[in-house]
Amino acid sequence: MSFYAKPLKIALGLAVIAGLIIVPMNFNRYGLFILSQWAVMSIAAMGLNLTLGYAGQVSLAQGAFVGIGAYASAIMTTHGWPLPAAILVAIVLSFAVGWVLGYPALRVQHHYLAFVTLAFSTLAFLVFRNESWLTGGIYGISNIPRPHFFGLATNKPLPFYYVCLGSLAIVSLAVWWLIRSPWGRAFMALRENPLRAQSLGIDTRRYTLMAFAIGSALGGVAGALYAPLTQYIDPVPFNLSLSLDLLMMVIVGGAGFYFGPFLGAMIAVLLPEWLRFTEGYYLMLYAVAVMLLLIWSPTGILGILDRYLAERRTRAASALRAVAKSRLETVQ
Amino acid sequence: MSAVLEVTDIKKSFGGIHAVNGVSFDVREGEILGLIGPNGCGKSTLFNCILGQLTPSGGEVKLDGKAVTGLRPAELNKLGVSRTFQLLQVFPKLSVRENLILAGQEHQGNMASRLVGRSDAGLTDAANQMIGFFKLDHLADEPAGGLSYGQQKLLDAAMAFMGGPRLVLLDEPAGGVNPSMLADLKDRLVAINREKNATFVVIEHNMEFVMSLCSRVMVMAEGKVLAMGRPDEVRKNPAVIEAYLGH
Repeated sequence: MSFYAKPLKIALGLAVIAGLIIVPMNFNRYGLFILSQWAVMSIAAMGLNLTLGYAGQVSLAQGAFVGIGAYASAIMTTHGWPLPAAILVAIVLSFAVGWVLGYPALRVQHHYLAFVTLAFSTLAFLVFRNESWLTGGIYGISNIPRPHFFGLATNKPLPFYYVCLGSLAIVSLAVWWLIRSPWGRAFMALRENPLRAQSLGIDTRRYTLMAFAIGSALGGVAGALYAPLTQYIDPVPFNLSLSLDLLMMVIVGGAGFYFGPFLGAMIAVLLPEWLRFTEGYYLMLYAVAVMLLLIWSPTGILGILDRYLAERRTRAASALRAVAKSRLETVQ
Repeated sequence: MSAVLEVTDIKKSFGGIHAVNGVSFDVREGEILGLIGPNGCGKSTLFNCILGQLTPSGGEVKLDGKAVTGLRPAELNKLGVSRTFQLLQVFPKLSVRENLILAGQEHQGNMASRLVGRSDAGLTDAANQMIGFFKLDHLADEPAGGLSYGQQKLLDAAMAFMGGPRLVLLDEPAGGVNPSMLADLKDRLVAINREKNATFVVIEHNMEFVMSLCSRVMVMAEGKVLAMGRPDEVRKNPAVIEAYLGH
């Protein structure tokens, strides 16, 4: 069984990637928009998964970092800068702000940290709304251009979907690298047992700040793509409810699982579309589904899978032990 | 023999309670110093003050003659001071090998190399050696949470040695460990002490374990040092008998 597991996983991964590239080719404009939105939200949720899922630092401010990235991108690209430069600025800016927001986490944890980040979220929203000389205030910023890459325009939905998908691929690889590096192990140690981590030389201060900064930077990347995706931004999408949505994506998908954010973003972005036939009942159904899921499996959807696999491994191991024991008895 | 650790007049109070009330001692290079005393006499608080987990209310800690009072635990660990805790502190979801890699990784390279370099920080061989040394070979890939209590205790101790420390403070390593595994543990500690020239301070209630392992024993009572000396001397000390047996 385990002999085939790795090639099977690779084949499945390639099939999903091929599907994401080929299937949307005959999607309509709206379908492509939804799928692009999924890619963008996956990036933001992956950032939060790093901060919350791996490093265990609660944040209710991820939506604000999407906003910071979106405004940086909108302001720069409407002034003629290319999108890659805007993404870079969005990364640097949200990394720096995320680093600073990490400082309270060195003193407060859990619910208290949630409140600190919630306050920051509100603050960011007020800046987006009130500093109209920079952000256009409640009128927002419109006519945000989509980029040209090597002479190819991406202003049609399909090419821009590929821009989002390509960015998601790059971020996914980077995050995969990060979590299997010693940093990923240190983040996990920070979440599981900070006291022991310190005694093993793990600089918990620095890793806490890094967890915040990197997670926030990914929020910035998502925002920098969100602006050219919608081509118009105002402060409303970046209020607290986006932070809560992103938190929900991470929790529902499975916090601390690599594929959790992809799944969580899929549910949060696509489920409303699938449940459209229920008309006004969509939100109620969604709420009930989330409640039931979290009662059944507090570790999210991937938590269910993880439990199932762990059980199977235990069963296989005890079967092996039984066989070994019976052989031993036969020999005697 | 020079002193690795010098502790001078360390005090720690919680409100009106003087948990540690002016303790001074030194630990000589290569020795195994036992630290015993009734429950609540301040042994663990003293450890936490030395290791920077608590800020002492007064006094000084010197490592190799340099003041290290008030350094953070991670900084002290980088200087070669390691510890185990009274309660088990392994990472249950990580495998035995990964626990050991985690325990050593911050002693390899710098922040940047730990990000872009190898995911095992080049420690797989060292971890395997440690696994072999503590006879945990058959469990190397098991999640640490699935091990028996005694095995986790061994892993916990092994983790303290991954960074190649000069000084290790062990807080009740024998607590809850069955006799045969205890013999293993003692054997391994003595081997590391001799081969790596690592210096130990061991808090322990198991008298037999302390008396046979340690070259010197310090006895604490009510936040103060009651006696210090060779195990056989301390055992005969009337003040020690008094503190242990009560009035």
